[in-house]
Amino acid sequence: MPQVSMTVNGKATSGDVEGRTLLSAYLRDHLGMTGTHVGCDTSQCGACVVHVNGEAVKSCTMFAAEADGATVDTIEGQANADGSLNVIQQAFQDHHGLQCGFCTPGMVMSAAALLKENPKPTEQEVRDYLEGNLCRCTGYHNIVKAILAASGQDVGAIAAE
Amino acid sequence: MYNFEFEKPGSIADAVAALGSEDAMPLGGGQTLIPAMKQRLNAPSKLVSLSGIAEMKGVCVRDDGALSIGGATPHAVVAAEAGAHYPALAGLASHIGDPAVRNRGTIGGSLANNDPAACYPSAALGSGATIVTNNREIAADDYFQGMFTTALEEGEIIVEVRFPIPEKANYQKFVQPASRFALTGVFVAKYADGVRVAVTGASEEGVFRWSEAEAALSSDFSASAVDGLSVSPDGMIGDIHGTPAYRASLIKTLTKRAVAAAA
Ligand SMILES: Cc1cc2nc3c(=O)[nH]c(=O)nc-3n(C[C@H](O)[C@H](O)[C@H](O)COP(=O)(O)OP(=O)(O)OC[C@H]3O[C@@H](n4cnc5c(N)ncnc54)[C@H](O)[C@@H]3O)c2cc1C
Ligand code: FES
Ligand code: FES
Repeated sequence: MPQVSMTVNGKATSGDVEGRTLLSAYLRDHLGMTGTHVGCDTSQCGACVVHVNGEAVKSCTMFAAEADGATVDTIEGQANADGSLNVIQQAFQDHHGLQCGFCTPGMVMSAAALLKENPKPTEQEVRDYLEGNLCRCTGYHNIVKAILAASGQDVGAIAAE
Repeated sequence: MYNFEFEKPGSIADAVAALGSEDAMPLGGGQTLIPAMKQRLNAPSKLVSLSGIAEMKGVCVRDDGALSIGGATPHAVVAAEAGAHYPALAGLASHIGDPAVRNRGTIGGSLANNDPAACYPSAALGSGATIVTNNREIAADDYFQGMFTTALEEGEIIVEVRFPIPEKANYQKFVQPASRFALTGVFVAKYADGVRVAVTGASEEGVFRWSEAEAALSSDFSASAVDGLSVSPDGMIGDIHGTPAYRASLIKTLTKRAVAAAA
């Protein structure tokens, strides 16, 4: 079996995987990091979004072997060093950006990728960026609001709560 | 998904050699192939990843003026880097699927797959692009041979795609919101020697050129030039998202919008 090594949330990891082992399975089953959720397993829902070398990808649609040698960031690495929620996570809490929470890891990882690329997105840009992240609970308004708030913009004028 | 052997060569030559074994397949971004393997629609014995081949990545302008895109270049890179040279192509790439799909999915994978609702085939056909493989150059007009069918031989890989840069161009995609593919899409490009109009998402034969519109637009590049034309619904795709007549009507509407946006 091929061996893969990757730096996950700053820590070196390695493991024996099959060719078919998905990155999501490597994270969840091999490393026990179940924060990355698998909602659809068909690249539709985005619950499994992680960053590979800084880019958002659907970990259910990438082989672990493809990430050999890469730097991977997951929801488990998002909190601040002291364990407190980071700006995006805190904004999701403050603005009720989650209900059941299943989509949230992917939403937070997509939001982080967006804000890195575009630190002050418009509401439409946030909605467009979340094209591949499905939420069955919130109706999206509060997620969009949380991301805009996390970008430091005033969300007082956005009505839906 | 059945298991397979995984290889990640660093050069085109090594990739072609690795693809020589029986039932081996190239792996681009995996955005189509991995879901298909999960459904056991594909069961390769070996996957040869093209993502580690530097000579197959990147966007640049050639000496002959054509825009060259490496076959393993992800959509997000085309969206970010082709804009200065060919804005309509960058615009098309920036609306494929969603950001995570664009970070992995590649132009070579899209053209090799030739999904009848994919975006890139319309840009390649609409630009008269050249598909460059490891052993030959194929004109777009000869490359697309019907839904999911292309001129590629077994083990042949797309290493580069060359797009002649038009004077004006635009792509109009009518999104099928569940799949994020094109319900119908039209790519219009105006060159010094004429206009090309390529349609995706509509025909049961896959991407095709709407030659009547090309003739009308070549003599008068304005949206009203296609007013008197109509597309027959015969041979158009009919499904729960749209009837053949609806798609036929979309082709004309999107062509007019593309011309108006390009002009
Ligand atoms: C949610 C979602 C939404 C999408 N929306 C759109 C959309 O709006 N428009 C659109 O056009 N596409 C869309 N796609 C498809 C996406 O663009 C895929 O990336 C693309 O069709 C396949 O590219 P890939 O690099 O992922 O190829 P893969 O999935 O790796 O491979 C596809 C096929 O091509 C072969 N192949 C791969 N690379 C090469 C090469 N260089 N030479 C020869 N053969 C090769 C493989 O063997 C396989 O048979 C979407 C996909 C998803 C999952
Ligand atoms: S689990 Fe990966 S996209 Fe849904
Ligand atoms: S909070 Fe339940 S799916 Fe988004």
